Amino acid sequence: MESVKELLVLLVASSLVSNVVLSQFLGLCPFLGVSKKTNTAAGMGVAVIFVITLASAVAGVLNKFVLQRFQVEYLETIVFILVIAALVQFVEMFLRKAIPSLYKALGVYLPLITTNCAVLGVALTNVQKEYGIVTGIVNGFATAVGFTIAIVILAGIREKLEYNDIPKPFQGMPTVLLTAGLMAIAFCGFSGLL
Amino acid sequence: MNRAGERLINGLAKENPTFVLMLGMCPTLAVTTSAMNGLGMGLTTMAVLALSNLFISLLRKIIPDRVRIPAFIVIIASFVTAVQLLLEGYLPELNKSLGVYIPLIVVNCIILGRAESYAYSNPPIASLFDGIGMGLGFTVALTCIGAVREILGAGELFGYSLMPESFVPIRIFGQAPGAFFVLAALVALQNFVKEKRKAAGKSYKKIGSGCSEDCMNCADAGCSRRFYGESPAKKPRESRVEKRNTTVGEECENGKTKEKSQREKPQREKPEREKLEREKNKKEKPQKKNIQKDKPEISNDDFEFIDLEEEEK
Repeated sequence: MESVKELLVLLVASSLVSNVVLSQFLGLCPFLGVSKKTNTAAGMGVAVIFVITLASAVAGVLNKFVLQRFQVEYLETIVFILVIAALVQFVEMFLRKAIPSLYKALGVYLPLITTNCAVLGVALTNVQKEYGIVTGIVNGFATAVGFTIAIVILAGIREKLEYNDIPKPFQGMPTVLLTAGLMAIAFCGFSGLL
Repeated sequence: MNRAGERLINGLAKENPTFVLMLGMCPTLAVTTSAMNGLGMGLTTMAVLALSNLFISLLRKIIPDRVRIPAFIVIIASFVTAVQLLLEGYLPELNKSLGVYIPLIVVNCIILGRAESYAYSNPPIASLFDGIGMGLGFTVALTCIGAVREILGAGELFGYSLMPESFVPIRIFGQAPGAFFVLAALVALQNFVKEKRKAAGKSYKKIGSGCSEDCMNCADAGCSRRFYGESPAKKPRESRVEKRNTTVGEECENGKTKEKSQREKPQREKPEREKLEREKNKKEKPQKKNIQKDKPEISNDDFEFIDLEEEEK
């Protein structure tokens, strides 16, 4: 049961304590770009969970059975970016044919995730920290959940902020960034959790 | 050689990737905890940018249009891997402090942006200097931001104590939230300058970036759409102007994303002299490129064709 406990700790650590956006700055583009409405933010979050979990599984398997077996670990960056890009395309095509309802919900977000650095970042972190396949998948899932939490909260705050009277130069992106900074301070509090 | 100098200055000042174009924000925020880290990251990115620009420019006639983005990514990823191995060997400390952000240079939109908007349609030497200029601009910007954060957050600069004893460091600037605050101030400053210039009647347009907008609008404007074989650089100008009306960077909503993310690419204002000389009577650049490269124009019909192809799969 020790390993289950470790996985749970990892789940909390990756999703809250070292939040992917607010403390590692990965995936900033969708975080800032697709956070105007709570609905779209949640949709993006679910799509990110889906893709990152899948990508970390595929990257973990590839790393263990191809890269390490043939001792070409130094190719990880090239292999991962290509595999992730291909994977997202493939998932999009598959969903469109097989599960149209899910495609309708997530489809528009999928292409945006292709170049999201969070996906590549998670795959590389898994390798750097020498996680096994299962641990890697849990880490990927937790990271994506952290992204979803952050983007939904930000979207909620932005909806409230929309009608406020803000000095002209600070309208738009600066306010969002300040909000994100305050959220990052709040998330610093989670570091006492572990 | 005149042109090389012009590209250097262009990257450093006029189209500074961080301060003007607002590209590559993830590494900008993440590694600028100190001036040293900023400098290291900037120089690493510059090396990759210059080399990938040079090679993409050398290979620009060989790379087929349809698969150019994957081709760019493979070239960029190779250089990133090489640079990463060099850092591991010679500067292990810097490599350790930059960590996962070194391999993540692959997805830095400055590099893909310059490849797409400059190197793919310009000769090698100019592209090389464009890469060096852009890289220098990025380095200067990162070092500046890093310096500000280091002075405020620790009272030091490059590790040397700078502030008087009585100064209490604002620790938050060395940590994650500080990065957001510094960037917020930066964007606000940019907005301020933009307003001023607009009021003075000067044009303030972001030019030459790979994305239609900056990093902040990346998701809306659809950098990622580039994977779908669109070739805005080779589109006739009229259709791009039409599209400009539909590509207002708004929130993407279901169904609307597709039209919105049809990327509009800002016209480069500076005419390329060689081409101008070659075809003086043609005024529109995209057409010029088509003639020069002997490639068929990609019109909207082609997109339908791509869609159909996907449907068949």
